[in-house]
Amino acid sequence: MAINASRRELASGGIFVAFGAFFALESLNYEIGTAFRMGPGFMPLLLGAALAALGLAIAANGLRKPDTDVAPPIPWRGIVLVLGTIIFFGATIRGLGFIPVVFVSAVAGALSSRHNSPLFAAMLAVTLTVMCTLIFVIGLGLTVPWVGTWLRFQGA
Amino acid sequence: MDILASLGLGFSVALDPVNIFYCFLGVLLGTLVGVLPGIGPTATIAMLLPITFSLSPATALIMLAGIYYGAQYGGSTTAILINLPGESSSAVTAIDGYQMAKKGRAGPALATAALGSFFAGSVATLLLAFFAPPLARAALSFGAPEYFSLIVLGLLVSIALAHGSILKALAMIVLGLLLGMVGQDIYTGQPRFTFGFRELFSGLNFVSVAVGVFGVAEILRNLENEKTREVMVRTVKNLWLSKEDFRRIIGPVLRGTGIGSLLGVLPGGGHILSSFASYSAEKRISKHPEEFGHGAIEGVAGPESANNAAAQTSFIPLLTLGIPAHPVMALMVGAFILQGITPGPNVINDQPALFWGIIASMWIGNVLLVVLNLPLIGLWVKLLTIPYRALFPAIVLFACIGCFSINQNVFDVYAVAFFGIVGYVLIRLDCEPAPLLLGFVLGPLLEEHLRRAMIISRGDPTIFVTRPISAVLLGLALLAVVLAVLPSIRRKRAEVFVEED
Repeated sequence: MAINASRRELASGGIFVAFGAFFALESLNYEIGTAFRMGPGFMPLLLGAALAALGLAIAANGLRKPDTDVAPPIPWRGIVLVLGTIIFFGATIRGLGFIPVVFVSAVAGALSSRHNSPLFAAMLAVTLTVMCTLIFVIGLGLTVPWVGTWLRFQGA
Repeated sequence: MDILASLGLGFSVALDPVNIFYCFLGVLLGTLVGVLPGIGPTATIAMLLPITFSLSPATALIMLAGIYYGAQYGGSTTAILINLPGESSSAVTAIDGYQMAKKGRAGPALATAALGSFFAGSVATLLLAFFAPPLARAALSFGAPEYFSLIVLGLLVSIALAHGSILKALAMIVLGLLLGMVGQDIYTGQPRFTFGFRELFSGLNFVSVAVGVFGVAEILRNLENEKTREVMVRTVKNLWLSKEDFRRIIGPVLRGTGIGSLLGVLPGGGHILSSFASYSAEKRISKHPEEFGHGAIEGVAGPESANNAAAQTSFIPLLTLGIPAHPVMALMVGAFILQGITPGPNVINDQPALFWGIIASMWIGNVLLVVLNLPLIGLWVKLLTIPYRALFPAIVLFACIGCFSINQNVFDVYAVAFFGIVGYVLIRLDCEPAPLLLGFVLGPLLEEHLRRAMIISRGDPTIFVTRPISAVLLGLALLAVVLAVLPSIRRKRAEVFVEED
């Protein structure tokens, strides 16, 4: 490895600095106030600065201490499919309606594991769709259309 | 003392058929998530919060509490049978419990875990009943400065008890506090960090954050290395303990209950620490320390009692001060607030039926758990064979539906994905998510009490050290941090937690 430092410490430090800087800079747009009468910006400014400082300290701590263990592989397929499923659910639940969305989400979710075959995913999705409809829509009375407006024929 | 009358009131609430049913449902679900991998009580309670909205407050909280201590039971089953702790607090149980199972003594190991937990749970519930009321009375005299110091103490102690880097834990808390500031300012109504989204005006949704960092992030973590779980013991026979076994577990159970009850009150994973502490205590005083690691029954009895006792006593800070000791308790705060009740010292006086009902239900829940776990162990063994790949799509779906159903707001669903990926990246970088959630819940409270205290003192920060209770609390917080960074204690911490990895 080219750098003589812990990548993990540098990365986590960097993330904290970024978050801290964002909150601190953004809070400058709000009224800071005084210690007596703190404005909306006082606490975030203080905490944001503290977070950035902590981030720097973490990164500094990682210098000259390279990681000893190898990180596990990043599950790209899982990340894309799991997060994609959640976003898909949010984007289409109103338009497509409960049953189609749950079914598609279940298939996509199941496929994020390399060990699931398409057939298994489809079977799992049918089971989950029935189960979720029974529990949430019929059992708990979640008010959401079974099949949404996007799939209905206009004027029918 | 009118504690008997109060407990009577509690049992009249807890023995209501509806409440018994939900208590049963809670411990059943708890055992289930404890047994199943990749989903813990934190994510489960978060997902079920919206569902409890339609229940009465007592019923809702009885069920949620049941999930929490039920999970401690279920976690030990997986630990013993397949050497994979379902819950972090049963990691120690796996050491000797699994060895016992390998030697064909899975039955006695499970029975020991169940009986020890039952005993510890009953004692700790009584302790809760005795100590909560006086503490709540004391807390009534707390003003803004005391509350501020108390929250600081809670946050800092949780770092000292967490394992891993202290700096990172601190940073996670501060990040959590900052995330808690998103939304309208309490005094001026000024929207902060909302990027103009109306949905963010009331703050980030608590359930989304919890489900994201504890549910989705955990799933991604599990997808890194997909392993198939080997269930070695398919049938469990001979659940009863011999006289010799009984004689050997009495001491560890008693000591474990004591250690657990004490440590459970501390913020930040007291139940995890207590099982480790109990294990090392038993190993030290045992006449046969060489048996530990090779199936010593004491190594199951002590830690299991300790973690269950701690699970009960960790309700003390929540019910008396309104301060959550760890993420699950933070979710309970959310449950109280959903029901329109502010958790804190007033609950015991304003809602005595609720307060005592929860306490009494814990005892009933513990009875139900013994029934559920011993005779029905075969069922749980079957569940262990469900592969993870079939499980996590269901978790993802439940998370989406659960978050959506709170406010019918798709923004909350997107937030799950966001916190899932942020949580996953941070966990990969060895940052633990628990302090973040704790900070997130306590952030608004911390800010409110700080601002109020500063108004009281007219901008003089010395108010926190001139008021005696506040000064003591801050002193304890400082002590906790100093102790945690002392080199000798650091090494001890590393030793205690090393067995988990």
